[in-house]
Amino acid sequence: MTRKQVHLAAHFPGVNNTTVWTDPRSGSQIDFASFVHLARTAERGTFDFFFLAEGLRLRELKGRIHDLDVVGRPEALTVLSALAAVTDRLGLAGTVNATFNEPYELARRLSTLDHLSEGRAAWNVVTTSDAFTGENFRRGGYLDRADRYERAAEFVRLSRELWDSWSPDAVAADPAAGTFVRPGGIGTVEHRGRHFSVEGRFTLPRSPQGRPVVIQAGDSDEGREFAAANADVIFTPHGGLEDGKRFYADVKRRLAKYGREPHQLKIMPGVTFALGDTDEEAAENAARIRRQQVGPQTAIAFLEQVWGRDMSAYDPEGPLPEVEPDLSEGVSQGRVPIKDRAAVAAKWRALAEEKGLSIRELVIEVTGRQTFIGTPESVARLIDEHVQADAADGFILVPHLTPGGLDDFVDRVVPLLRERGAFRTHYTGTTLREHLELA
Amino acid sequence: MTLHLAVALDGAGWHPAAWRESSPDVFSARHWAALVAEAERGLLDFVTIEDALGLQSTLPDASDDRTDQVRGRFDAVLLASRLAPLTSRIGLVPTATVTHTEPFHVAIGIATLDHVSGGRAGWRPQVSPRASEARHFGRREFPPLDRLLDRLLDRPGGEDLSADPHLRDLFAEAADAVEVARRLWDSWEDDAEIRDTATGRFIDRDKLHYIDFAGPFFSVKGPSITPRPPQGQPVVTVLAHARLPYEFAASSADVVYVTPHSAEQARAIVEKVRGLSDKVKIFADLLVLLGEDAARRKARLDELDGAELVSDAAIFTGTPGELADVLLDWRRAGIEGFRLRPGAVPHDLEQVTRGLTAELRARGAFRHAYEAATLRGLLGLPRPAGRYAEVR
Repeated sequence: MTRKQVHLAAHFPGVNNTTVWTDPRSGSQIDFASFVHLARTAERGTFDFFFLAEGLRLRELKGRIHDLDVVGRPEALTVLSALAAVTDRLGLAGTVNATFNEPYELARRLSTLDHLSEGRAAWNVVTTSDAFTGENFRRGGYLDRADRYERAAEFVRLSRELWDSWSPDAVAADPAAGTFVRPGGIGTVEHRGRHFSVEGRFTLPRSPQGRPVVIQAGDSDEGREFAAANADVIFTPHGGLEDGKRFYADVKRRLAKYGREPHQLKIMPGVTFALGDTDEEAAENAARIRRQQVGPQTAIAFLEQVWGRDMSAYDPEGPLPEVEPDLSEGVSQGRVPIKDRAAVAAKWRALAEEKGLSIRELVIEVTGRQTFIGTPESVARLIDEHVQADAADGFILVPHLTPGGLDDFVDRVVPLLRERGAFRTHYTGTTLREHLELA
Repeated sequence: MTLHLAVALDGAGWHPAAWRESSPDVFSARHWAALVAEAERGLLDFVTIEDALGLQSTLPDASDDRTDQVRGRFDAVLLASRLAPLTSRIGLVPTATVTHTEPFHVAIGIATLDHVSGGRAGWRPQVSPRASEARHFGRREFPPLDRLLDRLLDRPGGEDLSADPHLRDLFAEAADAVEVARRLWDSWEDDAEIRDTATGRFIDRDKLHYIDFAGPFFSVKGPSITPRPPQGQPVVTVLAHARLPYEFAASSADVVYVTPHSAEQARAIVEKVRGLSDKVKIFADLLVLLGEDAARRKARLDELDGAELVSDAAIFTGTPGELADVLLDWRRAGIEGFRLRPGAVPHDLEQVTRGLTAELRARGAFRHAYEAATLRGLLGLPRPAGRYAEVR
């Protein structure tokens, strides 16, 4: 029996404090060379796909643009299209908001990327209820949570109608017969829905994958249901073994309702990692990276998001002050809001007192430690074990450095995953659907 | 003085029967890569890539069900980006519609193309007046275009277009979209990224600016999510046939493509445009079928298509040498560059890149090597200072 295969994706470092820019090895977040480096590294490691996040408004804290993290990124699909020219097999996944786009235009762009990459395009569908982000768009405003998913589901259904609207053999391109398109080959789409009303013909033939891969990244009940109904891949925050197994079972169980098989939705948590030659060295590296990720000013900024007030007068290396949180309104814009700030503050205070932590130590303690820490051997084993135990079908790796943050993983961990028989030694297919065993 | 030369790429070429001559796979990246490589070998300033938010048709505002012509097009911005890593000097100018799209997305797409290409991006903003295209979005009702379009195409320089409220709105919206894009490109000062470890600040947020654009069609807060493009502002180009689009080009564009059919018309149009702007560079569009047997080729293609070729631009058939004479004649009328629409590729493209460029060089009117690394550089356009930089 063949071993269940691990799927891997490379997340280009983003615009939050996971990405360390103070390290001397940190390169440009916008030069195309950085994207090329990470994509080629991922392709050398025979990864399934390369992943780009999106944020359509710069984040703010206390009414000002947040200046402590990396800021600035490209339009995702445009940079992925350029990467299609310098890679051959790697899947190219872009996050594109369904709230601030129209299906006809976006379906066209995704189909174009699928054609130009010969079948490697993926769309990570996100939605926003954020009037703050909406201020950059003519279709601003916001939708409540239920409407967001309903609109996104209709968006995906309509995109698939458009992708399917040319018959597979529509393009004859037969100069002798004078037939470029076969009669009746280009169908008319007539969609009347609650959110969209679209009538006409699509401008592209069916793309190599037929339908680009759809990724979904929500975690709520609505998000899971949306993924079960519509997605090929789900990008989750559940990188742990036990919560991963619960999430995995929950989402796979939902598939039957939509007439789908468990293998038709791949579950890929986003994870971070720290490597070392020994377990001790790996732990030291992990701690050092965490301190880089939570600099003194960043520690205060985290505190301010929970406390809802200006905390800049306090020493980040000193104790948590006695001041109580201001629960009236948040100070942060453009991030996922923190639920129940009073409870979070109480928990943080208890932890700081129990362990005698400074503000910065506290923030390091309470914000995401690396998912996998260890020698290449132990990280390869952990990844394989998670996948074999049905806690995941694979992982989306989030390196902390641009652009070299995946070099060590590909050089040292990937060969061990291959030795375990858990990961491909070369690409056997040409399309992303084939890599993901979705075809 | 070098003449500026661009080619307009679209499918198999601009003759509707062009695909029957060479049968290219227009839905492959390879086809486009070969064309843009040829254009770069010819040291051309840039290529443009056509696009629209609807399928090609011989009817002004409806599908025509014809099966004997190329149907289908890629998103031009993504196609340009796909070509950027395969080229190093030539400008890449995709068309992107402004009517139904989000100005924010279009602006960051073009900015990204500029980053990816190292400063070789341009943009041809295009209005979409068709009711049939509006139905692809279902947000706005447009009147049928047929009669208006007849006026647009049949009367170059016609004055009555600006009286039509639908078209007036479309061009006003287009001007706003370009204004938003330029503000977004400027919204990051060039030195906004500071990476100051002492203070923990990655950017100097005083060098990032809200653009606070508010207009009748949309409002955009800003700043951009994308750092300032290498060219500061990518090159904006506009195709214009009449007073209303001339005004749009004069207020919004760095380059305008006009469509005179004679040196005399060229002179008249230049005078009109120069009355509106002394800055915009004026290019003339020509649809060209080139070679010793050009007339015979055109007749054959016309026969295959079942109709004589028509175009908004002048149609030229003849040798590259004869074309060079025409271009230099029109240059004396004030035309500074040309956007040539090859009748069929690769043939007519190669006639431009190999034949025409040699003829122009022999007359001392075309470059021998690329002399600049950015599209602005090739066109002799300065890199604009950010508008917000001096505010402080």
